[in-house]
Amino acid sequence: MIKVRDMTVAYDSAPVFTNLSIQFEPGKITGIIGPNGAGKSTMIKGLLGLTSKQSGTATLADQPIAKQLKLIAYVEQRAALDLTFPINVLDTVLTGTYPNLGLFKVPGKKEEEAALAALTDVKLAEFNHRQISELSGGQLQRVFVARAIVQDADVIILDEPFVGIDMKSEADIMAILKKWRAAGKTIIVVNHDLNKVTTYFDDLVIINHGVVAQGQTQDVFTKKNITTAFSGDLSNILFDEGEATHE
Amino acid sequence: MNSIALFIDGLTKYNFLQTALITAILVGIMSGIVGSFIILRGMSLMGDAISHAVLPGVAVAYMLGINLLLGASIFGLLAAMLIGFVTMKSQLKNDTAIGIVFSSFFALGFILISMAESATNLHHILFGNVLAVSDQDLITTAIVLVVVVLFVVLFYKELLITSFDNTFARAYGLKTQVLHYGLMMILTLVTVTALQTVGIILIVAMLITPAATAYLLTNKMSSMIMIAATFSVFASVIGLYFSFTFNWASGPAIVLTAAVFFLLAFLFSPKQGIFIKKRAAN
Ligand SMILES: Nc1ncnc2c1ncn2[C@@H]1O[C@H](COP(=O)(O)OP(=O)(O)O)[C@@H](O)[C@H]1O
Ligand SMILES: [Mg+2]
Repeated sequence: MIKVRDMTVAYDSAPVFTNLSIQFEPGKITGIIGPNGAGKSTMIKGLLGLTSKQSGTATLADQPIAKQLKLIAYVEQRAALDLTFPINVLDTVLTGTYPNLGLFKVPGKKEEEAALAALTDVKLAEFNHRQISELSGGQLQRVFVARAIVQDADVIILDEPFVGIDMKSEADIMAILKKWRAAGKTIIVVNHDLNKVTTYFDDLVIINHGVVAQGQTQDVFTKKNITTAFSGDLSNILFDEGEATHE
Repeated sequence: MNSIALFIDGLTKYNFLQTALITAILVGIMSGIVGSFIILRGMSLMGDAISHAVLPGVAVAYMLGINLLLGASIFGLLAAMLIGFVTMKSQLKNDTAIGIVFSSFFALGFILISMAESATNLHHILFGNVLAVSDQDLITTAIVLVVVVLFVVLFYKELLITSFDNTFARAYGLKTQVLHYGLMMILTLVTVTALQTVGIILIVAMLITPAATAYLLTNKMSSMIMIAATFSVFASVIGLYFSFTFNWASGPAIVLTAAVFFLLAFLFSPKQGIFIKKRAAN
């Protein structure tokens, strides 16, 4: 279980959130939703130590996360990568083996086989020699999921993985997340599309400069919470119209 | 044709020319390797900065009679740290911090050198004089090459991932800052060594021009490094020939040769050449 306790993160001026506490359970897919700029990415970066925090602790299995980063696979929001970098799909996936290779070791046959298998899992096997600049948004996102597969981590964190990708890629990635869940891993997904919340996530965290609500999706995804975190208009569209069609 | 025969004849006869040739080749290899990382990390400006910033170190080393590499390394690393510090502690962009730090270091170095040494020596430091390389310098160059190759071989995957996806590297706990300063240290060593062949002012060209040429020709980082080193060696040897034959300063001769290679790749590279692209578009 990942536990974040009393975390405060500020960039230059006012804190993005103060004393935020949250937890993520293994064997579940937990969704994180909240309006733009609510601090979802910051929360992830804070718990990973990618952004310095003013206060708070983050633990995995009751040990500091900072000492167990190799157990966590992180797929950044719209990876701010240089796509012209001279690297192909297979070599990109192979970088997922780096965390578990010792110093001075480079990937060998075993790692390459794992990378090829992961590419098959995300249905990109025939693309392994393609340059990463020659992929669609959905294919690129699947490459990063394949990299997370070879990393073989206990915890997988994806920041807005479904933005700007095709439906097939989204379904393929969702299938992988379910496999991870079956394997007892902790899966955390920042998402912007509220329509998929109830079908995708076991647990849900709603964030707006702090935690608005967290718990099982059916308990948390309520008109009241969405109104608090987003707006009344949005929750009207999501809930009332939904009910109207049921009747 | 005749002059090429003379150059080859000179190579068999003169020890200084042999030393120059070997030095040029060794420096070519190391600058191609390190230059590849410099451009992949978007650090061309940083490469320029560090190479200029070693000047006061060179001057101080002359004055105190200590090893050039030592003096230069201290100032090179100091400049890298100052740039990092100014960027972190102010709202200024990295390129501004680089500009301020390196010009100050260079100015300081210039004044120190003028105090310590004759004008001809300053000219050699600034523009290179590969024909005056001593056997002792050659040994130092060889040692630096070994260090550079070892660094890149041992930390290959770390260099790759921090150049390609630094956030991923940090997220799995890699000490990316340590690697950055390690690379800056290597860059400083290469700078001081390349100073003999091309001089301080033009070192950045040796770092980035062959590497940029290679970048246009391949899609794989390891091939890019090999190709960059190869072009760099060819440019160094051909430049040395021009320097010997026409009595040009070796730095400009080598750099212009490298620039010609780049131009050819820019025009005709199968991957990105502008002629080839045009034809494909038609
Ligand atoms: N690197 C940064 N420097 C300064 N402010 C930032 C930085 N990253 C994010 N912010 C600010 O922090 C707030 C939360 O951002 P973020 O965590 O990216 O939101 P979300 O992921 O929920 O859209 C926003 O107001 C954003 O402008
Ligand atoms: Mg975000």
